Amino acid sequence: MSKILVVAETSGGRLKKTTHSAITFARKAALPFDILVLGHGVEAAAQELRAFGAGAVLAVDDASLAHFVAEAYTPTVADVARKGGYSVVAVTASSFGKDLAPRVAVRLGAGLAPDVSRVEAGAALTYKRPMYAGNAIGAMQVTTAVQVVTVRQSEFEAAAPSGGSSPVSAAAASPAPGAERVQFVSFEEVKSARPELTEARVVVSGGRSLKSAEGFKTVLEPLVDAFGAAMGASRAAVDAGYVPNDLQVGQTGKVVAPGLYVAVGISGAIQHLAGMKNSKVIVAINKDAEAPIFQVADYGLVADLFKVVPELTEAVRKARADR
Amino acid sequence: MKILVSLKRTADPDNANKVKVAPGGVKIVTDGLENKLNPFDEYAVETALRLVENGKVRIAGDAVTVVSFGPKETTTNIRQALAMGADSGALFLSDDESLDGDLVARGLAKVVEQQKPDLVILGKQAVDGDSNQVAQALAELLGWPSAAFAMSVNLAADKKTVTVGREVDGGVITLRLTLPAVISVDLRIVSPKAVTNNVTPATHAYTDGPRFAPLPMIIKAKTKPIAEAPLASLGVDAALKVKYTGFELPPKRQAGVKVKDVGELVEQLRTTAKAL
Repeated sequence: MSKILVVAETSGGRLKKTTHSAITFARKAALPFDILVLGHGVEAAAQELRAFGAGAVLAVDDASLAHFVAEAYTPTVADVARKGGYSVVAVTASSFGKDLAPRVAVRLGAGLAPDVSRVEAGAALTYKRPMYAGNAIGAMQVTTAVQVVTVRQSEFEAAAPSGGSSPVSAAAASPAPGAERVQFVSFEEVKSARPELTEARVVVSGGRSLKSAEGFKTVLEPLVDAFGAAMGASRAAVDAGYVPNDLQVGQTGKVVAPGLYVAVGISGAIQHLAGMKNSKVIVAINKDAEAPIFQVADYGLVADLFKVVPELTEAVRKARADR
Repeated sequence: MKILVSLKRTADPDNANKVKVAPGGVKIVTDGLENKLNPFDEYAVETALRLVENGKVRIAGDAVTVVSFGPKETTTNIRQALAMGADSGALFLSDDESLDGDLVARGLAKVVEQQKPDLVILGKQAVDGDSNQVAQALAELLGWPSAAFAMSVNLAADKKTVTVGREVDGGVITLRLTLPAVISVDLRIVSPKAVTNNVTPATHAYTDGPRFAPLPMIIKAKTKPIAEAPLASLGVDAALKVKYTGFELPPKRQAGVKVKDVGELVEQLRTTAKAL
């Protein structure tokens, strides 16, 4: 019988919210599923995962998995999938899932459905996935006995606990000889008090019109914080070195679909739209009335951002304080 | 130092909103769009070139080969990489419809076995299929150490290891790989100081972005060798592991209203959109 192995994502032992989108995928595929959590010090994460209706939670706790190195993780995921007889391995298409999934697919001789936005249950699972920067949607099936899927986080809402208490069983890490030639040096974490881009209810993004890193700091960031939002950026702003690539919203950066997306000084290049056009409400502020961003914006304000963003910041602070 | 770079030609990504779907949703139609080198592959070529240079001068004995899978017209895109400075090209002929990321990775693995490069560099994803899979799959097929989504690469002076900064969610992971290895590159690998090889002086700053080919290089590229062979000559199983059953265009988002000032915007957000 078909069943899904959901691969959880952890960081420093903590469960990452990306995992909950892969669980939603499994529920929508309407097949029984188990959850594999691997890392070091993942006991609490494993306990947390018991409440989502999985048949079992499989925990692999090993010092060799303390940091994510694809060469170290891949053999374990593939072996657990093979031994358990899973027909589908699913992981969210975060940087973790995108790195891991193609390798697991090779190990299993499986076809890969990358970055899917929908799944249709049935005798064979059919996946929909955005292509060409979201300008076309492909429907596809995987024809191998085992399939590997990565799940677009913005299209599969985070699963809520469904109660129940799945049993936890420990599994062993597999030998990873290939990992000997990969030395983990460091993880420089960008610490931010703000919500994560892919999880925030409001995202405020800036473009090259902010003119400098200073512009982001002094003009955009106060607005971001007035909304309690996550901060994003266009590729042009990242290219110009104003902000780290980690903040890039777009085809090749983060894909977001918040309740409110505010685009400040962003022209709306195709590859940016690919990362935000499924947001519920879109606001655009740009001094160029012809900017393509206005074609997708629910509310457009044609104005000099350096004048109106501070005004908006004040107004949002006031509106939120009044609530 | 021998570096192999994989290339894909893609329909002009700056006009991706002009792609159409054929009647019955049987395929995506990119007629009228210029075929361009996938941007991330251009960055991969730039990365490779910076590793085999001492500033503006090529290091003797080092070589960069580019390889692609696709129809005959892909030659144009290979020439572009040769004009940037790559030394030779290889094209394995196939229809676009007969290829996918998995097959390309298996083909590349064969090419690597033949050419034995020290490093394989790829773009992190092709901006048409957006699959983001070939580099990772190739590394696994070869059993080589790898780093996906590189934003910095430092080749050790002894050319035995490469230290790579990977752009990941929440920060940068740095890995040291023992060569031979596979790297996929992200956007910022082409920033002026992102690629270092302990030969080019630290004071040398590259121009931001992939280099433009000057006219003499474009002319020279016409004489550089491009080996052509059918994909089948690599002896890979041509069967694909996935099957596309149809295509459609996404629903169009309607443009909304223009507001006159911040006051009206806030009012709309509060009352109509209920987003504040």
